[in-house]
Amino acid sequence: MSDLEQPDHAQPDLAHHRPPVMTSGAAFGVSPSQTVGPFLHLALADPAEALVVPVGTAGGFWVRGTVTDGNGDPVADAVVETWQTATGDADVPAGFVGFGRCPTDDEGRWAIHTVKPGPVPAAGRRWAAPHLAVSVFARGLLDRVVTRIYFADEAAATATDPVLAELVEPARRPTLVATATEDGYHFAVRLQGEDETVFFAL
Amino acid sequence: MTTPEPAGLPAGYALPAPGTNAPLASPAYRSTGGRAPSRPLVPLPPGLHELTGPLFGAGRVRPGDDDLTRGPGGEAVGQRIVVAGRVTDADGRPVPDTLIEIWQANASGRYCHERDRWPGALDPNFTGAGRTVTDAEGCYRFLTVKPGAYPWGNHTNAWRPAHIHVSLFGRSFSQRLVTQMYFPDDPLFFQDPILGAIPDPAARQRLVSAYDHGLTEAEWALGFRWDIVLRGPLAVPFEPPGEDGHV
Ligand SMILES: [Fe+3]
Repeated sequence: MSDLEQPDHAQPDLAHHRPPVMTSGAAFGVSPSQTVGPFLHLALADPAEALVVPVGTAGGFWVRGTVTDGNGDPVADAVVETWQTATGDADVPAGFVGFGRCPTDDEGRWAIHTVKPGPVPAAGRRWAAPHLAVSVFARGLLDRVVTRIYFADEAAATATDPVLAELVEPARRPTLVATATEDGYHFAVRLQGEDETVFFAL
Repeated sequence: MTTPEPAGLPAGYALPAPGTNAPLASPAYRSTGGRAPSRPLVPLPPGLHELTGPLFGAGRVRPGDDDLTRGPGGEAVGQRIVVAGRVTDADGRPVPDTLIEIWQANASGRYCHERDRWPGALDPNFTGAGRTVTDAEGCYRFLTVKPGAYPWGNHTNAWRPAHIHVSLFGRSFSQRLVTQMYFPDDPLFFQDPILGAIPDPAARQRLVSAYDHGLTEAEWALGFRWDIVLRGPLAVPFEPPGEDGHV
């Protein structure tokens, strides 16, 4: 039996199982999401994908983070994806792909090398503060969870951001702001619990 | 901010019908217990990042990446199958040139992964990962072997139905999808809390491929057809017009 699917909670009541009844689907109904499972590394773990820009790019930095569960334990079978525009005013750096992806290691750590985007067009003809769009997939998540990474040194922009400053309750805003480190930023993804990261319905 | 007002954005993508996606907290799938967020999701009006996405095309795929049966020492063991279909959005528009990544267990139900320790036989000729891009009509095709069912620790005598894990990018961040494809008439569906967590039976059925004799290749491989539907664009603006008439 697979090590990673060992019990982490009490034995469930089998009565909770909903026996699937198979009937024909709607013509254009959307395909449902399913968990990425514990073996995502087979297809979603190319180390080159952690580099949104090549190391050495002017303005490049690392966003290093963790994924932890409701007990604060590291999630070793998650993958973090980022998507972003390039810097607002400067030229698009050579090798910029906009997309970053990194699976977590045994300590739940991930890292993506990127540049900061400029202000991002938001709904309602407004500007959003510089941020990364983030998806987190993991065993135990039946759908990805979506969050955003804002930057601590963009306080003026984040203070008026149409999402962070208007849709997120003040006490939870810090969960969306990456803090400065020696070589970039740190961002913790807490899937559940006291300091749970804000996740968005999109 | 002195930056000029940005241009208006498209309205975004329609949500899947209720019952399409499983609740994140689905107690029968025990791993959701410590991992599903406990706070309500915050509704997000889509901005530019949510309306665009990486357009990975053929550049990410090498010849042969869509054939999982050819290992370093020869043919993978198992029932050779073709898995093919079409990717469209909910309006029926094809989704061309989009990257599809798959991974799966081998014919014994064992993953070529250091953390998979159950005593199913490994196959040195099967790593179980592949990728392709859809063509101009949204069509894709893989050649692989039928994955075996495998046991797991979720409940007593728990077995995952045979499945292939599938990842798609679509045309925008909002369309990103990771899911699993199943095989018709699998007797293990009744006890699987991952497929079973999807509330709508019709939505569950959309993850089940169909045997397709037209895809079956004579004296070579059985064919299974599986069409994938990503979210479609919203027809109406997400936000009511502002006082200046902008949306
Ligand atoms: Fe699996």
